[in-house]
Amino acid sequence: MAPKETEPVKFETIIGLEVHAQMLTDTKIFCGCSTLFGAEPNTQTCPVCTGMPGVLPVLNKKALEFAIMTGLAMSCTISSHSRFARKNYFYPDLPKGYQISQYELPICEQGHMEISVDGEVRKIGITRIHMEEDAGKNIHEGTGKYSLVDLNRTGVPLMEIVSEPDMRSPKEAAEYMKKLRTVLRYLNVCDGNMEQGSLRCDANVSVRPEGQETLGIRTEVKNINSFKFVEKAIDYERKRQIHVIETGGQVQQETRLWNSAKAVTESMRSKEEAHDYRYFPEPDLGPIMVGREWIEEIRSRLPELPDAKRERFVSEYGLPEQDADILTGERPVAEWFERSLAAGGQSKAVSNWMMVELMRLLNEENKSIEACLLRPEQLAGMLTLIDNGTISGKIAKTVFAEMYKTGKDAEAIVKDKGLVQISDQSAIEKAVEDVIARNPNEVERFRAGEEKLIGFFVGQVMKKTKGKANPTIVNDLLKKKLT
Amino acid sequence: MDLFGLGISELRALLEKREISSADIVESICRRIDRVENNIKAYITVTKEHALHMAEHADKEMKNDITKPLLGIPVAVKDNICTKDVLTTCASKILSNYVPPYESTVTARLLKDGYILIGKANLDEFAMGSSTEHSSFFPTRNPWNTDRIPGGSSGGAAAAVAADECIAALGSDTGGSIRLPAALCGVVGMKPTYGRVSRYGLVAFASSLDQIGPITKNVKDAAILLNSIAGKDTRDATSAHMDVPDFTAVIGEDIKGIKVGIPKEYFIEGMDPEITVAVQHAIKQLQSLGAVPVEVSLPHTEYAIAAYYVLALSEASSNLARYDGVKYGFRAEAAELMDMYLKSRSEGFGQEVKRRIMIGTYALSSGYYDAYYKKAQQVRTLIKNDFENVFKTVDIVATPTAPTPAFSLGEKIHDPLQMYLTDIFTLSVNLAGVPGISVPCGFTSEKLPIGLQLIGRHFDEEMILKVAHAFEQSTEWHRRKPNL
Repeated sequence: MAPKETEPVKFETIIGLEVHAQMLTDTKIFCGCSTLFGAEPNTQTCPVCTGMPGVLPVLNKKALEFAIMTGLAMSCTISSHSRFARKNYFYPDLPKGYQISQYELPICEQGHMEISVDGEVRKIGITRIHMEEDAGKNIHEGTGKYSLVDLNRTGVPLMEIVSEPDMRSPKEAAEYMKKLRTVLRYLNVCDGNMEQGSLRCDANVSVRPEGQETLGIRTEVKNINSFKFVEKAIDYERKRQIHVIETGGQVQQETRLWNSAKAVTESMRSKEEAHDYRYFPEPDLGPIMVGREWIEEIRSRLPELPDAKRERFVSEYGLPEQDADILTGERPVAEWFERSLAAGGQSKAVSNWMMVELMRLLNEENKSIEACLLRPEQLAGMLTLIDNGTISGKIAKTVFAEMYKTGKDAEAIVKDKGLVQISDQSAIEKAVEDVIARNPNEVERFRAGEEKLIGFFVGQVMKKTKGKANPTIVNDLLKKKLT
Repeated sequence: MDLFGLGISELRALLEKREISSADIVESICRRIDRVENNIKAYITVTKEHALHMAEHADKEMKNDITKPLLGIPVAVKDNICTKDVLTTCASKILSNYVPPYESTVTARLLKDGYILIGKANLDEFAMGSSTEHSSFFPTRNPWNTDRIPGGSSGGAAAAVAADECIAALGSDTGGSIRLPAALCGVVGMKPTYGRVSRYGLVAFASSLDQIGPITKNVKDAAILLNSIAGKDTRDATSAHMDVPDFTAVIGEDIKGIKVGIPKEYFIEGMDPEITVAVQHAIKQLQSLGAVPVEVSLPHTEYAIAAYYVLALSEASSNLARYDGVKYGFRAEAAELMDMYLKSRSEGFGQEVKRRIMIGTYALSSGYYDAYYKKAQQVRTLIKNDFENVFKTVDIVATPTAPTPAFSLGEKIHDPLQMYLTDIFTLSVNLAGVPGISVPCGFTSEKLPIGLQLIGRHFDEEMILKVAHAFEQSTEWHRRKPNL
């Protein structure tokens, strides 16, 4: 049954997101095992993360630092005194029978993040950020009687970032996720890969008739495992809830799973079936005491964050908002841009070449800018060749593609391939005269008023000069000779 | 005298003088085990072969003039302390086949100091009990009267020391599990300050209360073992960054002018009168050595049992969740995951453990947490404050270790509440985190040992060792041996 599209009563959607982010630490949160992804099952394990009898957890200070960095980036209050707690439940991928998490007294509280939707800036509250350990993976393979358990992921540090129910549309939720990913990647605390599960999103969704004060009954939507599903899953869920209400029903408080194949959410467990996790303070780890000095030291090391960088790109480099937005979307891209500027590139020209040519080539290959052979200084070098008339903008495209492919300097490429622009008036004049002489019909039509044929003549001259003729001179000469 | 009857310091002296070899000691102990173990049942595993091999190695080292504090000394280890490649069962069916792939910090430290593992001692399953009757395998018997229990949960370790089936032992103490069996078996048992000794490798019962400690034939040996195992461990976040003194340095110092607090709440109705008398005698003895008894009050003592059981069992319910049949230990055959969990745990755990898991699970349940766990934590703070207040005016507190001497096997097994009351004098010490020691202070008319408990300030094990040693040396109780 497809949810109805029409809404006689206007409904408002209330969305809060709980995001799990795997931290980019080298080792696990409570032992020294590697966090490397993709190793043979159960090779990145030790007595601690496999929950052997008698072992004890010891907190990885780096994980704590990453959580504090994230909290600071989101304007949170960092708790000087926080605690771990045990969340108790049975599952084969949870070797201790409890997950070490935080419950009361999380490390970060009361922050916010700004998102921009359709030109409007919205401030989304961050309720809390807490640290916890990841679980392993159950593998259900073949038709055997058994399932397998891989504990490599067990104990990989996670942050859970919980937002306030401040979002009002699926689009806002998607923007929030995008922004969160950008910030986490700027901080280099999470790689933000939703498909690989290093960033996971659960959505709390409810609807209420517009104007109503009290919140509607909410559902929690889990298993949103791709950026493109954030908006879709929440949109489906809000429509489903509206449909339930409009057909005289009541939304049930429950946990639902997003089924991406069917593009629907499906009931997983009701409120009555919800686990009682029996949280209590983790006795194996003392309170986490964080001194002001350390917090300030971490703050001083924070990189410039995307909002500040975007504003600076506009004010300092005079870029249009849109350029600044795209160039600051990823920290390495912004850094590439600034390095090219530092090497003498003019901001708008560098921006144009990056956004049009570079991004296209990188996208085609699905390559990151860090893996790109072309260095930002080389783009600046090529722009100098355009500015001093050595090559034309058209030739530059060829040069750029070659630079991208080989990582060679523009100058070397121009020299090797003989791509230096011909600006010698007499050489071009000869080619122009030749073209006019060989195309009498077109000359006649042009003179009869068919002015768009100028393109044809330019093309012929360029062909004759193998594209190297200075286009300005070609245009001038053609106009002079044809009229 | 046979070598098996001696203590660590005596044997080390003989070894240093080359009068005996480590092999002599181990062989003597093995003969003793062969003779008495059938009556005592102190061990789950005896590691004879391994011990003889280690003795050879120790003797070689001594030939090369290598000296270590425990070189060549056979020590029993409670079977809830992980020993690499040696079966570690916690006296539970659920771990009946568990061989740890790693070494606990305490045994790693003993190894570094040259000890020889002679066996893994019996206990109440997962250290949950006061009589060692809750072992899934067999009960241990009191060497002084084999119809009696040895106390618990470190009953195997205490009985092995008392019966000279080892030279010394390591136990663990969550609510009295070292001190109680030490008292009931007539040996010395010490629970160090919480955080003094690493818990890494001790199979957890109640993480905020558990502590490993020595069970020995005399106080000096307890100091020697404590020297070896104490100190910060980077693998245990709850182990303390505290300097570790040489605990044997205070052995032999006099105790003149030391103020001994006698808490009135520890001399209660229903206590065995022979114990009251013995402890009062002991206090007089301390006085004759120059100590000054002072009556003090620990007003929240009556709430200790309730608070202890809520906290210990809450933690236990979570600590024992890992025994699910998935990774190691006993797994019952079942078609479905839920069945596997239910069957493995139902069949793998004994009655008492299941009772405690259920109580702890209940106490942590949503809606009950504030009434039980939170309230118990508040009581714990009050009990800690009680001790801090008392230690403003006295240096040490003296009490009986147990309200009764060793009772008969089977006497309290069906009455958990009576069994829980056995720990009434010991568990406040765990709640407060302070150190406590039990030393022999007499015998009942039925020739059952009685223990005196001495309690000190946080990290002041030196004080209780000093007083315990002075007391011990002024009496003959520790020289008596059971007739086996």
